[in-house]
Amino acid sequence: MLYIKCPYCGLRAQKEFSYGGDATVKRPNINEEISSEDWDNFVYMRKSPRGKHIELWQHIAGCRQWIKVQRDTATHEIFQTAKVTEEIR
Amino acid sequence: MSQPFRLNKEGLINRNKKISFTFNGKKLFGYEGDTIASALIANGIHLVGRSFKYHRPRGFFGAGVEEPNAKLQVEFNGHSEPNVNATEMELVEGLSATSQNCWPSVNFDVGAINNFLKMFFPAGFYYKTFMWPKSFWYKIYEPFIRKAAGLGVASIEKDKERYEHKFEYCDLLVTGSGPSGLASAYAAAKNGAKVILAEDKPRFGGTLLTDDVSIDNLSGKDWAEKIISELKSMPNVTVKNRSQVFGYYDHNMLVMFERVSDHLEKKSKFIPRQRLWYIRAKETILSTGSIERPIVFGNNDTPGIFLSAAAKEYMKVYGVLVGKKPLIFTNNDSAYETALEFKKNNVEPIILDTREEHSSELIDEAKSKGIDIRFTHGVIVANGYKKVKSAKIGKLNKDKNSFEKIETIECDCICVSGFWTPSVHLASQSGNKLKYEEKIDAFIPDKKKQHETSVGAANGSFTLEESLKHGFENGSNLSAKITETKTEISIPNVNEKKYGAHDKFWCMPLPKNENPKRFVDFQNDVSVSDIEIALREGYRSIEHVKRYTTLGMATDQGRTSNLNGLQLVSNIENKIVPEVGHTTFRPPFTPITIGTIVGREVGMEYMPTRKTPMHEWHEKNNAVFVDAGVWKRPRYYKQGSETLFEASKREAKNVRENVGICDVTTLGKIDIKGPDAAEFLNRVYTNAWMKLPVGKARYGLMLREDGIVMDDGTTTRISENHYHMTTTTAQAANVLSHLEYYLQIVWPELNVNVVSTTEQWAGAAIAGPKSREMLSKLYPDLDVSNEALPFMGYKEAEFFGVPSRIFRISFSGELAYEINVKSDHGMFMWEKMMEVGKEFGNQPYGTEALSTLRIEMGHVAGPELDGRTIPSDVSLNGLVSKKKDFIGKNSLGREAFNVESRQKIVGLIPIDRKSSIPEGSHIVQDQNAKLPNPKLGHVSSSCWSVENNNPFSLAIMKDGKNMIGKKFFAVSPLKNKSIEVEVISSHYVDPEGKRVRS
Repeated sequence: MLYIKCPYCGLRAQKEFSYGGDATVKRPNINEEISSEDWDNFVYMRKSPRGKHIELWQHIAGCRQWIKVQRDTATHEIFQTAKVTEEIR
Repeated sequence: MSQPFRLNKEGLINRNKKISFTFNGKKLFGYEGDTIASALIANGIHLVGRSFKYHRPRGFFGAGVEEPNAKLQVEFNGHSEPNVNATEMELVEGLSATSQNCWPSVNFDVGAINNFLKMFFPAGFYYKTFMWPKSFWYKIYEPFIRKAAGLGVASIEKDKERYEHKFEYCDLLVTGSGPSGLASAYAAAKNGAKVILAEDKPRFGGTLLTDDVSIDNLSGKDWAEKIISELKSMPNVTVKNRSQVFGYYDHNMLVMFERVSDHLEKKSKFIPRQRLWYIRAKETILSTGSIERPIVFGNNDTPGIFLSAAAKEYMKVYGVLVGKKPLIFTNNDSAYETALEFKKNNVEPIILDTREEHSSELIDEAKSKGIDIRFTHGVIVANGYKKVKSAKIGKLNKDKNSFEKIETIECDCICVSGFWTPSVHLASQSGNKLKYEEKIDAFIPDKKKQHETSVGAANGSFTLEESLKHGFENGSNLSAKITETKTEISIPNVNEKKYGAHDKFWCMPLPKNENPKRFVDFQNDVSVSDIEIALREGYRSIEHVKRYTTLGMATDQGRTSNLNGLQLVSNIENKIVPEVGHTTFRPPFTPITIGTIVGREVGMEYMPTRKTPMHEWHEKNNAVFVDAGVWKRPRYYKQGSETLFEASKREAKNVRENVGICDVTTLGKIDIKGPDAAEFLNRVYTNAWMKLPVGKARYGLMLREDGIVMDDGTTTRISENHYHMTTTTAQAANVLSHLEYYLQIVWPELNVNVVSTTEQWAGAAIAGPKSREMLSKLYPDLDVSNEALPFMGYKEAEFFGVPSRIFRISFSGELAYEINVKSDHGMFMWEKMMEVGKEFGNQPYGTEALSTLRIEMGHVAGPELDGRTIPSDVSLNGLVSKKKDFIGKNSLGREAFNVESRQKIVGLIPIDRKSSIPEGSHIVQDQNAKLPNPKLGHVSSSCWSVENNNPFSLAIMKDGKNMIGKKFFAVSPLKNKSIEVEVISSHYVDPEGKRVRS
């Protein structure tokens, strides 16, 4: 079970979180004209990297904040966590 | 009744307390502190089971977790448990053990014929044999293999015991209380660290209990006792025996299995049987020790053959002799300690040492005690079927591959030692890649991936001095980093016997024309020839060899077989062991009970139970409940001997004719506040929200980004910047997360806040033609006319002095209202409604009637919004705005969503107007068509229409709207039904929606 540092609450067990997918995907702006290819890429196409990946988690049984987690998909090592308004590089 | 193999004095058992038990029906006794194994050996019983594949007689081989053979079916304290390790299970009064995998008895086992047919049971036998014909698989092959395989019998009784889970955090977890573990725990504890010390066995001390050593002039056992009692007295230390750390998971999470009360005869009912600990440790010391490995020779699985350290443990811990004419077969010095222990107990051993004659502290001592030592000798084959009677031994030539001399000598046990294998299972599980250590012919931990440090024998250090030094150093350094305190501890003086070098000898050759089975893996019946076959057939990767031969699998996880298997593969392949590599070590290290994994989460505790504030009333009024997620909802209120069908029909009919009330507390409720709330709703829902006036409700539909309907519900504008959203019961949590996602991540610029208020409000729906009359009685001072409170209207008013919210919304399709009061007033509201409603013929209705009402109205719910439908599929395209953007809008333009023949919602009635159509039925053109019969759609919801008094169903059907008026078959192979149906509109009752607006 992973040990995830919520930027608001501190280190908490994975049990308290729920996974939310790739954090680097940006939703097209509302009312924006968009090609169907770009839209399809946004809805469906995800990379499945082996190694470092920035992903979203929600502290669902805690502060309910969505957070960013940089995790190694192969080893589960967590390098960094951040608020969604912050950058992970 | 005497115990022929019990020593008079030796051992740590309590000779003042006899414990009686039975084995295969025979009454026996042992002492408190015995295991099943030690008590049986004391009674001279060695044959305890039959092997997995060949049904060969098997006895004990080890004295603890390493035991591959002695797995028994054990009944005790009201349990019946299969595969219990006899060398670990402590004796309790009244315990009854029986042998497994034998029929009719362990002494005479029919399956043993496999042993004589062994040429027909080579590696991969099952893969090769049970291939054809295909039709034989289910009826003949599988039942046969299932019967032949599998060892014990799982109980089918309900487990009445209590199991617990515990979550714990510590600075340092120490796994094993041998010398290095004790030293680590002690040093860390002195630095003020929070320490957990876990010991698998009942007694602390590990090898200190059996090795002839002294520390600071105390015997090993006494020193261990001293350290343990000091640790126990420290508030920052938790010391646990009968507790095995069996799994090493991510982020330094370790899981420990504690046998809390299996060894107790009587216990309070609040004490659990077993406990699972989830331990998050900042640092972990792996002091798991090592396991002796055997040397492979002919018939090396015969009962009476032991690991030499196990034989010593039986003498020193249990006061039991494994035999009175022991043969000791070794390639190293450690077995000499076993020989000396026999000698001390007046038993004359013979030592066969594969090494050339040489001198070492232990060899010299054995010589001086007059023990018969034969160098360059080994056991070729053990004789005896159910017990060792003699051994054919050989003097090896220089090449160690042929014999100078062969003879047979009598013996009643063989104690074998092929040197030591560090227990690296936990290190490997943690991600440590392990490296091969030439010096000890075994793998030891290498570069660490997590916060783990192996010390002592687990790290390949086999001397006490080294183990203690490593333990103290690592325990002190690791904890000092955490506590920032360092207490100096002087490392104690040690007195131990020095071992000489071991012989890299692991398998005895066979003389020409002799071909006895030589087992590498006892538990899985894998012999040298099986591995040879696998390699001959082209299996190269050690992982493939493992799967083909089953080497190192199952509960044993290769504890005694792993390295010998690798040696064999590397010999045949002409590779060195590190090139062959090793197979993956998997948790759990030893089997743990399912009950422990499940813990308290059984029955009522499996999930939380949510009850509405009116639950007690429902209970008192014969409600039959149904699970709606974690909620309990009344399905129907049973009157007399009514069936579900009769009751739901009565309740639904009463709503259509009079009025009924329904507990709708379980609907998800979300409070939405903020100046941008309208804009937010406008983006979340498919329909327009900017112009909804205060005091009005609107039905809304929300999509996922892929255009699929996510949920529906009504949202009411309570005040300028305050909305009250309702969701379906099932989607409440998902919708909240969905809204939070968009507010926090996608549109943080929107000034809106959302919070769940599901628990804050109790809700009741009042539905039926008489609902307005009833409402006017509930709110005598309020104008409830159609003009003052129209369809989709909203009012706040006092309900007999209690603040309440009135929504004029309808799920049943009738004139209806929903009243919300604070949860605390829910029961009051409900009882008042029942009281006031009497004169209008009001009756409560449950979810079954609710479904009937919505289905015949053609209102969609979960079965239609099943994650595959878009708004137009379920005739809700009228709610999809063309003018504005919203979540999922762009996806609705996808080609597949716009083809002419796309699925649409329709209604179905049976031609005979009598047969109910099972939900999930497939709609087909021709019920007798050849399979696969093309599916045109499926039945999503079914009911008995109370309005038309015949069955009615909703279905999602290809090109549905153009099928209206046509006839098809609804087939349900599961229910073995095929019903001819006619397609009609999904709006079966009041298609114009007049009633809700009346």
